[in-house]
Amino acid sequence: MTDTDDIRSTVLAELLRIAPEVEPEELEPATPLRDQVDLDSMDWLNFIIALHTRLQVDIPESDYAKLVTLNDVIGYLQNKLQA
Amino acid sequence: MDEGTLLEWKVKPGDAVKRGDIVAVVDTTKAAIDVESWVEGTVHELIVQPGETVPVGAVLATFAAQGEEPKAAKAPPVPEKPEAKKGGKKTAGEKTTEAEPAPAAAPATPPPVPVGRAKFSPAARKRAQELGVKPESLTGTGPQGSITLDDVERAAKATPAAAPEKSRAAEMRKTIAAAMARAKREIPHYYLGETVPLAAATAWLAEYNAGRAVTERVLMAALLLKAVASAAKQFPEVNGFYRDGTFTPAPAVHAGVAISLRGGGLIAPAIHDVDSRPLSEIMPALADLVQRARAGSLRSSEIADPTITVTNLGEQGVEEVYGVIYPPQVALVGFGRVAEQVIAENGAIRIVPAVRASLSADHRVSDGHRGALFLAKIRALLQEPANLAKAEP
Repeated sequence: MTDTDDIRSTVLAELLRIAPEVEPEELEPATPLRDQVDLDSMDWLNFIIALHTRLQVDIPESDYAKLVTLNDVIGYLQNKLQA
Repeated sequence: MDEGTLLEWKVKPGDAVKRGDIVAVVDTTKAAIDVESWVEGTVHELIVQPGETVPVGAVLATFAAQGEEPKAAKAPPVPEKPEAKKGGKKTAGEKTTEAEPAPAAAPATPPPVPVGRAKFSPAARKRAQELGVKPESLTGTGPQGSITLDDVERAAKATPAAAPEKSRAAEMRKTIAAAMARAKREIPHYYLGETVPLAAATAWLAEYNAGRAVTERVLMAALLLKAVASAAKQFPEVNGFYRDGTFTPAPAVHAGVAISLRGGGLIAPAIHDVDSRPLSEIMPALADLVQRARAGSLRSSEIADPTITVTNLGEQGVEEVYGVIYPPQVALVGFGRVAEQVIAENGAIRIVPAVRASLSADHRVSDGHRGALFLAKIRALLQEPANLAKAEP
């Protein structure tokens, strides 16, 4: 799965599972995710675990800093999946 | 919490139960709670029927101890919040120490359905809860006036928008209000704050997590929890319960973790024995507890027995938090945001990750001097994270 739309829908589905109150259409893709969604460190870890499980992508902790916005997350996953 | 509604029995008469087995699910203002057995033996009689609301401390069922005739029975009471413990304990104590037959262990036939209570099928009851329909508002059209699934659906359509989540949130707000008002009325709080450098802890965690699968990573929150519990072990006056003018220190540290719920509200269930378990066990326990708290499936002992509470509000971005003690506990440790701070050390200025730790403690039990030493101990433990990760640092 390397299609951007597929990755986006997977990311949104897993985000919604953790934060059911999120309205996906209201998310600004270029604004920091954690400014828009109430995610604590446990939620974030669960989000990363879910992405790892769904997409079989390894996301080292040192890469968290690259995953700021929704676009960042999708781009990062796409790169990893193509590599 | 003053009362609970029995949702479901997980056992039936004749079943063997061990201490800690889940025997029933009870709905409270805060959450549905799995009730654990306090005793080992055989289920004798289920006294309270699903759907009944009973006060805290009421006998739910009777048990026969091993090798005992069922008449000398023991019963678990409705689970209780710590502050309600007094009343409940009495009931439990009486029942468990009694040698003669417990009064509740009498009838051989199931207790009759109370007058005025319509029969209610489990499926209908479940649906009524989902739809937020109050059982007393229902009219039964089934056999002998029993309430059927159809009755519930009809009532739900007739009553506009009785949102169950809303009422749960409102009930939880009331419960929090009662506990916090009591805390501020009765507990003479004193507050201390301390900046804790986390350079060593941050570096150690980064290295620890780098070599591990995503599912085995440890959060700073778990390390902070372990530090509080290990320090509390050495300061008994912050770990225990104050009841009836007397403080009783707890033998183990069951760390209450303040968990905010997405629908609003807060719950602070315990992770047991944090003082004597390694970090590698604390982290999965924390992840599991948060998940279950948010899903509404906590166990009765987790709700009832935190001996000290830890709140980690820094995740939401505040620098520090001075919490309100949860009675009958006597202390709460708060952590703010972990962020880089300028720290003067040995005549030099360094920029290091650090966190503001605070202690809210009960002045009836401890004084600021000991409280300060307790906070200093937390700080010291966090400077040696590898050691702190051990079961008993």
